[in-house]
Amino acid sequence: METPLIEFRNVTKRFNGKTVLDNINLSIYENQVTTIIGKSGTGKSVLLKHIIGLLKPDEGTILFQGKPVNKMKKAEWEDHRRKVAYLFQNNALLDSMTVLDNVAFPLRQTTNLSKAEIEKRSMKRIDDLELAEAVGKFPSELSGGMQKRVALARALVTDPRIVLFDEPTTGQDPIRKNMILSMIIHYRKKYGFTAVMISHDIPDVFFISDRVIILWEGGVGFEGPYEEALKQNVPMIDEFLRSLDGFQDQLTGLLSREAFKMHYSAMLGAAVTETKYSAALFGVRLNILYEALGAQAAVAVLKALGEYANRYFNSIGGFSARHSRDEILTIFPHKNLAEARKLVEGFSHELENGVVDHIKNIAWKNSDAATCFDIYIRAGVIEISPEDSIEEIIQKGRAEQEIISTHRCDLGGKVQ
Amino acid sequence: MKEQDEKKRLPGNENEAPYEKGGPARTGVFPSRGWSNISPFFAFIGGWAIRMIGNVGAIAVFFFLAFVNIFRSKQIREITNQVYYIGAKSSLIVILVGLFTGMVLGLQLFYTLVKFGSVGALGSAISLSLVRELGPVLTAIMIAARAGSAMAAEIGILRNSEQIDALYTMGIDPVRYLVSPRIAASIISFPLLTAFFDLIGIIGGYLTGVVLLGTNAGTYFYRVQSSLGMVDIRGGFIKSLVFGAIVSCICCFQGYFCHMRNDGFGARSVGMATVSAVVISCVLILVSDYVVTSFLM
Repeated sequence: METPLIEFRNVTKRFNGKTVLDNINLSIYENQVTTIIGKSGTGKSVLLKHIIGLLKPDEGTILFQGKPVNKMKKAEWEDHRRKVAYLFQNNALLDSMTVLDNVAFPLRQTTNLSKAEIEKRSMKRIDDLELAEAVGKFPSELSGGMQKRVALARALVTDPRIVLFDEPTTGQDPIRKNMILSMIIHYRKKYGFTAVMISHDIPDVFFISDRVIILWEGGVGFEGPYEEALKQNVPMIDEFLRSLDGFQDQLTGLLSREAFKMHYSAMLGAAVTETKYSAALFGVRLNILYEALGAQAAVAVLKALGEYANRYFNSIGGFSARHSRDEILTIFPHKNLAEARKLVEGFSHELENGVVDHIKNIAWKNSDAATCFDIYIRAGVIEISPEDSIEEIIQKGRAEQEIISTHRCDLGGKVQ
Repeated sequence: MKEQDEKKRLPGNENEAPYEKGGPARTGVFPSRGWSNISPFFAFIGGWAIRMIGNVGAIAVFFFLAFVNIFRSKQIREITNQVYYIGAKSSLIVILVGLFTGMVLGLQLFYTLVKFGSVGALGSAISLSLVRELGPVLTAIMIAARAGSAMAAEIGILRNSEQIDALYTMGIDPVRYLVSPRIAASIISFPLLTAFFDLIGIIGGYLTGVVLLGTNAGTYFYRVQSSLGMVDIRGGFIKSLVFGAIVSCICCFQGYFCHMRNDGFGARSVGMATVSAVVISCVLILVSDYVVTSFLM
């Protein structure tokens, strides 16, 4: 069995006699994204602060790679601590320093790199997070969203092995939220760090999470994959998760997964024998778009796809929801396969005519003019029966996916 | 029976005999009423004493850690910045206070010495007062008010906005980065500013004693030169070194731990920390002045 990277064993923490963490046991594994959710005041930030040593448990032990932290020598603990970066909820930027100084600060203080090298690495992170225009500004001159990105740049500049994100997307608009989450997942893949995140941005955060830990009344209510969490039969936790999900996907304006499920159940309940149903699974390769065009353009493509699907298919009684980061499932009630294919064809023409200029504008602004990418949108159109579960429909849709729409780069360069 | 009901029982010992109003049964040593009334007073004194001893211990450890970290790498730049802020930027206020202190001393001592026919000793009296006592003490109080309060407030705000925690998470020791340079800069700046104060004070005394009141200039400077020995100058510098360490340590300590105060949170805790920093610094300057003087004499 894999040894957890970080393990909490019977950890209890009290503040002024109030127990915040009560005999907590949990594990965080290497190279995974672990998301911690829970109601306000359940000790999520307290838990993160224990990992980096800002707080110490009153009882219990924290283990790093199987070794108790309290038995480590100071040098060993410092060595571990340097591998961990922390993104504070309120950013905690050094307010008397400019953006560049803030991002370069950990390198200046903890490494012996040359001045030029430090500036180069810092500027790379600043560019990655689209902060070039703010480089000489002070934190108080920036918006909340920009401050968050500066904090993220500072957290990532030392290439840490573990990054703790305390509500990284709070206060951001839906596009920025997705951009930040895209960046987290992108950097995690690129640098291979382990991410531990507190976030309530459902569904996006769960699309990128490998494990979810639900803190509930001082203890761990659930620990495991998100899909498993939804199957739990604890009414309070169930209600909490549904309340986070809401009715609408903020980024695309599509239905939330819960609302989609309700629509689907209602449709099946009203079904008449012999009625035909069909579905389409649309998708873009978000990771490839991110690499090619940057976070903003990649998220813009996804947003445009969702908005167009919503507008186009709602008018004919269809309903859609995102079921992974870059896949949208649309159900067409009372439509057979041929009718559904025709609808998708019309949709693909609308996409090519309406969205391409918008995407090009964003993409060209963010990428090198010499680099050119085509954007492919895929769809799998299938016929479904009332016995099919949503998961089964998605599987069938994936198997049938083919390119339905291509937005060609005018320069005719490299094709993705 | 009714009387019995009115009697209280000790919590947790409900089965034992009830005790009389006003405290436990008479032991023969303490009168029951008086003992119960004064015990909270002793508890308060005891609690206060324990807190004070704890604080003294904490300050000693804090100072030790900060002092040791002065000699770590990458400190020169930050120490230089702090010397500029604590030292160079305090020089104007030190000039003003030194000048007027010397001028007042010149006036007061002139009219006192005239009564005894020893106006010639004006230079000695002014220079010795300034170099031995007034220079180090007044300089330290001025810097405590100007730079010490800023140290406490700045570090307090860093603490409350989690910037100190952020330093820790970046692998930077907050004591090394924030406190050590300030202590080093104070130890460097206090003696230099004290020397400056002494010089300007002697010039102030010259302005009133010689220029205004007509004492002989040659006599004034001869007396200044002949009465001041190295022992006086050394004593003054030792005091200013001690004051520098005390003021910077107290002010940084108050700011650094402002979040642990029980008389206020957030912005209020920063304000209270700043007030405490200046008040405690001033009191400790005078107390330590007496202690150091008694050792030097």
